[in-house]
Amino acid sequence: MIPELGNFALALACCIAATQAVLLLLGAQGREVRLMAMAPGLAFGQLIAIGASFAALAWSNAVSDFSVRNVAEFSQSQAPLFYKVTGTWGNHDGSILLWCLVLAICGAAVGAFGSNLPASLRARVIGVLGAVAAGFLLFALTASNPFTRIWPPPMQGQGMNPLLQDPALAIHPPILYLGYVGFSVPFAFAIAALLEGRIDAAWGRWVRPWALTSWCFLTAGIALGSWWAYYDLGWGGFWFWDPVENSSLLPWLTGTALIHSAIVVEKRESLKTWTVLLAIVTFSLSLSGTFLTRSGILNSVHAFAVAPTRGLFILALLGLVMVPSLLLFALRAPVLAPAGLFAVLSREGAIVLNNILLCSIAAVVFTGTLYPPFAALLAGEQLSVGAPFFNSTVLPLAVPLVLAMSIGPALSWKRAELFPAFLRLWWAALAAAAVGIVAALGWHGLAALGFAGAAWLILGALADIAQRIRLFRIRFSESFARLAGLPLGAIGAAVAHAGLGVTIAGIAGMTLASQRVVFLHPGQSTDFAGYRWTLQSLDRVPGPDFVSRVASLEASRNGRTVAVLHPADRKFPVQGTAVTDTAIRTNLLVDLYSALGNVRNGGAEVRLRYDPLAPWIWLGAVVMALGGGLSLADRRLRVGAPARRGARVPV
Amino acid sequence: MTRKRRRLLVLLASLAGLGTATGLALSAFSGSIVFFVTPTDLVAKPPADGRLVRLGGLVQQGSVVHAVVNGRPVVSFRVTDGHDSVPVSFTGILPGLFRQGQGVVVQGRLAPGGTFRAEQVLAKHDSAYMPKSVVAALKKRGLWNPNAGPPPPPATWDTMRIPKQSGG
Repeated sequence: MIPELGNFALALACCIAATQAVLLLLGAQGREVRLMAMAPGLAFGQLIAIGASFAALAWSNAVSDFSVRNVAEFSQSQAPLFYKVTGTWGNHDGSILLWCLVLAICGAAVGAFGSNLPASLRARVIGVLGAVAAGFLLFALTASNPFTRIWPPPMQGQGMNPLLQDPALAIHPPILYLGYVGFSVPFAFAIAALLEGRIDAAWGRWVRPWALTSWCFLTAGIALGSWWAYYDLGWGGFWFWDPVENSSLLPWLTGTALIHSAIVVEKRESLKTWTVLLAIVTFSLSLSGTFLTRSGILNSVHAFAVAPTRGLFILALLGLVMVPSLLLFALRAPVLAPAGLFAVLSREGAIVLNNILLCSIAAVVFTGTLYPPFAALLAGEQLSVGAPFFNSTVLPLAVPLVLAMSIGPALSWKRAELFPAFLRLWWAALAAAAVGIVAALGWHGLAALGFAGAAWLILGALADIAQRIRLFRIRFSESFARLAGLPLGAIGAAVAHAGLGVTIAGIAGMTLASQRVVFLHPGQSTDFAGYRWTLQSLDRVPGPDFVSRVASLEASRNGRTVAVLHPADRKFPVQGTAVTDTAIRTNLLVDLYSALGNVRNGGAEVRLRYDPLAPWIWLGAVVMALGGGLSLADRRLRVGAPARRGARVPV
Repeated sequence: MTRKRRRLLVLLASLAGLGTATGLALSAFSGSIVFFVTPTDLVAKPPADGRLVRLGGLVQQGSVVHAVVNGRPVVSFRVTDGHDSVPVSFTGILPGLFRQGQGVVVQGRLAPGGTFRAEQVLAKHDSAYMPKSVVAALKKRGLWNPNAGPPPPPATWDTMRIPKQSGG
């Protein structure tokens, strides 16, 4: 009964979404006030319907209703309740439903917080969101319905992929989807603006919080995925340039460009067409990120196995979203009159440079990711493009980007001089160069480049704040008062830039990592990275549906025990799979990493790694997301907040 | 500065950015594309000295030998596509799903002695999964037509014996 209700709610949501699209877009076109006023109600209705549908699927998973095919294929009754519920989105059909749910949340959020938007703009935004939702709900209903029943129901489900039974991976998809799907709102705003034929500073102010929120979630989601790959896959890498990783990086790159160019629209009413194009491109890349990988076109670790017909449906949907929006852009973009002239050397100029570099990086990553399927399709040639390609193309483009990142905020709007910027940044440049030289002498050029860039970004961000609060030029207490009075947006930008510096420092540290694979019998030891690693024991521990082997590995330095690690592996006979549980001891400066390999003749293969600064990679991402959050809290962007000027009238 | 001039500058900057990107991509492509080969390809046309390739096929039944050299685990096995087979040696930890008679993709270089030195072994999927490239290898050798039905179960792949044993 519950699954049928879920199915009905899903169909209802699809109808509401279609209604939303037709009524609101027509209503806004004909300036029908009553139709336009329906926007929030329809958006809430769609959210309630999808919410009910999703709850029904989660319920079926929680009570292990194996007459639902989706549950029978991907769940089993002994699994902990937490993983039963998270298993709802651990498969293709469920993840599409989650995607639609997040989209409905976005639409309802526009309805809830958009009361200060012009009625026609709000109606159009919600209408466009409805059109996108209708397409994907139709897909969920027809091609990947999670509520299909099977008869007779099996006694036991086939169980979830053990690799997915991990807390980080359980929350990874929802966070990533909030990021991906969140970009649907800037996209809808862009389409609505093209339909209206008008973009002004207010538009920039409305779009930026949405873009920024999605960007924060996407940053956190990507970092979470990378962290999971580091500690769970047992290979010790944090980024594999896998197609799925790349397709989450692509919208992040263009999304980063978007949140910067939207500032220019807001402050200077310039770069309008470009910002609209970025919004369209970012959402298109998010869509292909979620679905291209799910369609089986890209060969990847992450791809769920899917039928080819579904792949075609997805491709058609992608085309239906992208082609009309790009056509509309081509037709209507010339209407958006540019305003606000600026010199090449100015804050706007720096942001244009940032956009060009980010989009160039996106272009090479895109090429490298899509070349293999195209080569297979056109030339029938099987090949793969690996990490060397991405490293050697992304790095040369990232260097000028990092260089410009600290200089940009030091330039003034409209027209800037290099000399004042130099006065603010000379010490940061000097310190970064010193760090680079020391690192080059101690290690190698690549690490030196990374550490210098990291120092440049972090110190540059500090210099920016120091300049704003006139540190050391006025009394300290006055500086502090200025700091408290700084707009949160300025602090957020500095924090986010410094966060990238922290991540780059972590990546540079990882270039100094070393690893060794050894075969040890209990009692034997090996010397590696300045530590003596001793395999103390090797035990078999039976679990509920798996057998695990746990090693006790002692790392000692100068005869003193530093850590005892317990790397393990779990073999799942039912699913025929195995999972590696790595053991990592971190002190935030260095990770001692161990993973257990095969066990033979009473001995074990062990992978040992010494990863300097590894935690900084994800720490930096958290700092970046935090910076985004701070900017978001800025009064200027707070949706619905009254403007500071003139808000209080003295009585 | 006039609007026209600024637009020209922005256009030039974008072209420079895209041009650099294209140049970088092209120069990196020639060096870092990894071609997929089958054992037959590898025996018939060995890749230019030391070029990185991906070799896909099945782990030949009974060919897996584990050893410990200088305290490091070294495993050697043969990868077959039912026509030819290539000896592979790998120092490191095999993925947990590595099985005899199952699909495997190894990335590495052909050493002068005819042994394939693997740097990476990919077999990270569940038992029912067949790597795309293995499917391609089977199709290439005419051992399985996907249109004719599902692939033969892994246990019987081993009966696709190598008619012509190559040296090594």
